[in-house]
Amino acid sequence: MAETLLETPLFRAHVALGAKMVDFGGWNMPVQYKGILDEHKAVRSAAGVFDVSHMGEIVVRGPQALDLVNYISTNDAAKLQDGQAHYSGLLYEHGGFVDDILVHRVSATEFFLCVNASNQDKDFGHIQSYSFFEGQRRFDAMVENAGPRYAQIAVQGPQSLALLQPLTQTDLAAIRYYWFQDGEVAGLPTRIARTGYTGEDGFELYVAAENAVELWNRLLSLGAVPCGLGARNTLRLEAAMALYGHEIDATISPLEAGLGWIVKFAKPDFVGKAALEKQKAAGLARKLCGFVMKGRGIGRDGYEVLANGAPTGWVTSGGPAPTLNQNIGLCYLPLALANPGQAIEVVVRQQPVAAEVVPTPFYKRAK
Amino acid sequence: MYPENYAYTKEHEWVLAEGDTGTIGITHHAQSELGDIVYVDLPKVGAQITQHTTFGSVESVKAVSDIYSPVTGEVIAVNELLASQPEKLNADPHGEAWLVKVKLLKPEELPGLMSAADYQAYIGA
Repeated sequence: MAETLLETPLFRAHVALGAKMVDFGGWNMPVQYKGILDEHKAVRSAAGVFDVSHMGEIVVRGPQALDLVNYISTNDAAKLQDGQAHYSGLLYEHGGFVDDILVHRVSATEFFLCVNASNQDKDFGHIQSYSFFEGQRRFDAMVENAGPRYAQIAVQGPQSLALLQPLTQTDLAAIRYYWFQDGEVAGLPTRIARTGYTGEDGFELYVAAENAVELWNRLLSLGAVPCGLGARNTLRLEAAMALYGHEIDATISPLEAGLGWIVKFAKPDFVGKAALEKQKAAGLARKLCGFVMKGRGIGRDGYEVLANGAPTGWVTSGGPAPTLNQNIGLCYLPLALANPGQAIEVVVRQQPVAAEVVPTPFYKRAK
Repeated sequence: MYPENYAYTKEHEWVLAEGDTGTIGITHHAQSELGDIVYVDLPKVGAQITQHTTFGSVESVKAVSDIYSPVTGEVIAVNELLASQPEKLNADPHGEAWLVKVKLLKPEELPGLMSAADYQAYIGA
């Protein structure tokens, strides 16, 4: 028997728009409306809106909220100011990823974490487990799995600010990249964060689940193009942003994934630190690399990678890059081969096809 | 939408038989399900292809799909247009964006395929 798929508050809106719905990690989500290429281009050239309400939210509150957040994540949350956010990792003791997350500091005693949809219960349990030690509360902080209370709509693209500004009194230009403000959008209480997963300027709007439809409709009425998870994936791949279950998972460390910049060894102890220090001292065995297909063919998720004819790694994400008119991908390679210019082959339906290691990101917006 | 003189398969390909030549393509329904097509992999002239067996693939932004042959035959022409303009498969799958032409080796296979009306009923159109 098929398990029932979860739905966001915008499910009916997607169906009414004629979206193609797919099972995405247990959620019934729009993969596309009109077409992935058009939606991708809308975000690169104007503005698109994405329903990302499947993403989870976890709130950590209390006198020791900062200590708990800093203990369970790799980046240094003590460096955040009120209204500031950063990208971080949630690790196991062995140094592999539980999840990659955004940490928002609401106040000294309240942190708002945005986590991946299919990981939210796991993340919540993981954070809870570190709140206690031998049956005693270890940090004076409460952890709330707040996902069901929130909807999240991402407005992405160079026209995002212009599109959104008429809907709010908040001066959006004053919100810097990776900062946020609580305000109102379309008269609805909204956490407005200047963050995103597309490589473009844009905002991620957190609203009460019951307000999602109204906000979505207002955004569409202003000409924002509804975009599905298909375009979200091609956009983030061009920007070489990691996707949990592909570039990162429990078997991969942030150092291997090229995310050393979110690991702050100098801060107080955190879960996974010892394992990462050991890995750093021993040297990495493999590293995440970008590649471009040189021969005819598209390297896709899971395809084998060869170097000098021998199996040497695998593609974590791969596909066409609409902005670049190339077929691109990310793959793990032994450190010795992880250099731009290195010739590799990707096995496409039993045929090795030439490819080359290139620097990432593949796409960077003009500032 | 679905030409009456084509024959169709459950795997969403069509064949137009003219004399001993068969022109093969994918259906409008197939391209619609696939979304934006970005790559087409086809056999070379001279290749033998077998009914209900895969002879190539079509890739959209998201996914790879095998193409199954509606008939058994020998490839006598390949649509070169699709190498440079795979998106034509979205625009005109029943016309300009045919995939291959074959010499029909088993014309007796044709009556076993679906008519346009049967195919439309099959896909619920």
